[in-house]
Amino acid sequence: MRVLSLGRWLRAGRVPPRGRVRLNSGHRHSGHRPQAPPQGPAQVPPRQKVSVEVLDHLEHLALVDFRDSEGVERLQKAIQFADQLHEVNTDGVEPMDSVLEDRCLYLREDDVTEGNCTKELLENARETVEEYFVAPPGNIPLLKLEEQNTYLQGSK
Amino acid sequence: AALKDALRSQVSAALKEGRVTPTELCQRCLALIKSTKFLNAYITVTEETALKQAEESEERYKRGQPLGILDGIPIAVKDNFNTAGIETTCASNMLKGYISPYNATVVQKLLDQGAVLLGKTNLDEFAMGSGSTDGVFGPVRNPWSYSKQYKEKSIPKSHSEDKEPDWVISGGSSGGSAAAVSSFTCFAALGSDTGGSTRNPAAHCGVVGLKPTYGLISRHGLIPLVNSMDVPGILTRCVDDAAVLLGSLAGHDPKDSTTIQDDFKPFELPNLTDVSKLSIGIPKEYHAPGLSSEILAFWSKAADLFKNAGAKVVEVSLPHTRYSIVCYHVLCTAEVASNMARFDGLEYGHRSDVKDSTESMYAATRREGFNDVVRGRILSGNYFLLKQNYEKYFVKAQKVRRLIASDFGKVFRSGVDILLTPTTLSDAAPYTEFIQEDNRTRSAQDDILTQAANMAGLPAINVPTALSERGLPVGLQFIGRSFQEKQLLTVAKWFEKQVQFPVIQLEEVKRHDSGVFQQQKSASFS
Repeated sequence: MRVLSLGRWLRAGRVPPRGRVRLNSGHRHSGHRPQAPPQGPAQVPPRQKVSVEVLDHLEHLALVDFRDSEGVERLQKAIQFADQLHEVNTDGVEPMDSVLEDRCLYLREDDVTEGNCTKELLENARETVEEYFVAPPGNIPLLKLEEQNTYLQGSK
Repeated sequence: AALKDALRSQVSAALKEGRVTPTELCQRCLALIKSTKFLNAYITVTEETALKQAEESEERYKRGQPLGILDGIPIAVKDNFNTAGIETTCASNMLKGYISPYNATVVQKLLDQGAVLLGKTNLDEFAMGSGSTDGVFGPVRNPWSYSKQYKEKSIPKSHSEDKEPDWVISGGSSGGSAAAVSSFTCFAALGSDTGGSTRNPAAHCGVVGLKPTYGLISRHGLIPLVNSMDVPGILTRCVDDAAVLLGSLAGHDPKDSTTIQDDFKPFELPNLTDVSKLSIGIPKEYHAPGLSSEILAFWSKAADLFKNAGAKVVEVSLPHTRYSIVCYHVLCTAEVASNMARFDGLEYGHRSDVKDSTESMYAATRREGFNDVVRGRILSGNYFLLKQNYEKYFVKAQKVRRLIASDFGKVFRSGVDILLTPTTLSDAAPYTEFIQEDNRTRSAQDDILTQAANMAGLPAINVPTALSERGLPVGLQFIGRSFQEKQLLTVAKWFEKQVQFPVIQLEEVKRHDSGVFQQQKSASFS
């Protein structure tokens, strides 16, 4: 199959690369080939270290644990990735909540149209008593970092 | 009628005329599902209920009163849609054993029109991923790994005749749905699309994947990932079928307040012959780093196709494209952190045995129920939502989102009707290669071309275009204006007709399809 250049559609003053460009498929490519426009950040943003306190705070908020160094590393990478956002100039730009923002969110009439499905809803819960979902005692805060036997405690 | 046939043009007619019955169709599909079990496309196969639905449909056809074009048609649904009485797992331990008490609106609509639900398809856990490799039920295999076309191009690893090919991924996260449609086990499947989750596997599995405009199809019953970007996706073997499905599913739903109230009229796609009034935009930023030269070539060829047919083809710019994946990363993890908070073991789903306190029970349940990918996103999301980070990350990402959406707005206002872009950076990777990188890295790489359409809420469709050097499908993406699905699908249908994408040649299908085996016939009705 003859390989055609996208050059016709992607001109915009781009310089064709010097010399022959060898494509993966092994076809010799002649003519203009658009240079891939520079993508990605100019430099990788510096890595910010997240303190153990913040990590612990996150575990409490999310009620999900990091489990091991890989989990923490994942977060660090995620933050570093997200830091690229700061390259964009957003002065005077309003945040966008929804793509349907120029339409009115409607409200339906406050009429009861469905319900009475207690039995079905309780079926999926593991622990119920009569018509109640049963939870262990509340108002007991999750163990503080000092009291835990978790990965974060070890890394402190 | 063969399992390969296009729904609208051939199967429906065959059912009406009695040349095939719904039960026959259903049985053939169920048998094929059994013999393609190694694809791991299905999590749950609802054999009994499917046959019952097929029988009921048959009764209706006998009385001459079918409910519509979808009556008796076997379909599959991604396992993150609630289906009453059927296990809905989202491929996660958190929801293993969870039997939904209700049908998602889209599922209900399909059932109301007589469709036969064959089962729930496999996905990445909670639809997070781009390979359908991270669910608890194992990865989905791309049916093309077992096709004659791929095997012919594979370098044999050894001299052994029955060596299993190095199978390739199906793409994600709706990989199961795409594989199910691609391997002829159903005529259409529902997927979901948040960052490309319907179009990506559609491209890798060689099927049509439609992401409708945000607000057109109800999300009620779709277990949410990112409320402001999720949409139910449609996977079919040809564009006409996608239009049929769209017609049955679109429209306002009082149970989903993010669906628009405008009247939706189902449409039949015209057979476009004159493209001279069309303006096709080629966004230069979609020539992303890592785009394979093969796909670049197909993209270029497609542009030429339109130009030679008389359409106006122009280069356009969407300057903030390269930030869309970063923006998505922040908004997605933030919304995920919020949406996953409902899984605490109390009302449904997995519950830990820990009893000391509510919070410790919640924490243990979530530790046991979620995999690394989900937990990672929840923690990242919570980080971005911390008071000290809220403005810096979350609000900033929302501002960048507006810039991305307005990029598209500018281009469409300048007279461009449809954008033409690649869907994926390359053809499907072998599984062993794909898992070398972690989920987040892969998603960041693979979603780059599909993600921006979700940011802006625009409709987009993958149309299978050609086979790569390795014998695997490659697709191209069309992005349209909001709520202009008719125009988008009309152009996609024209393109589909031009490219005549080859039919997959699978040994298993040959065996089951005792009807006419059509050699190299195009996926669409010609």
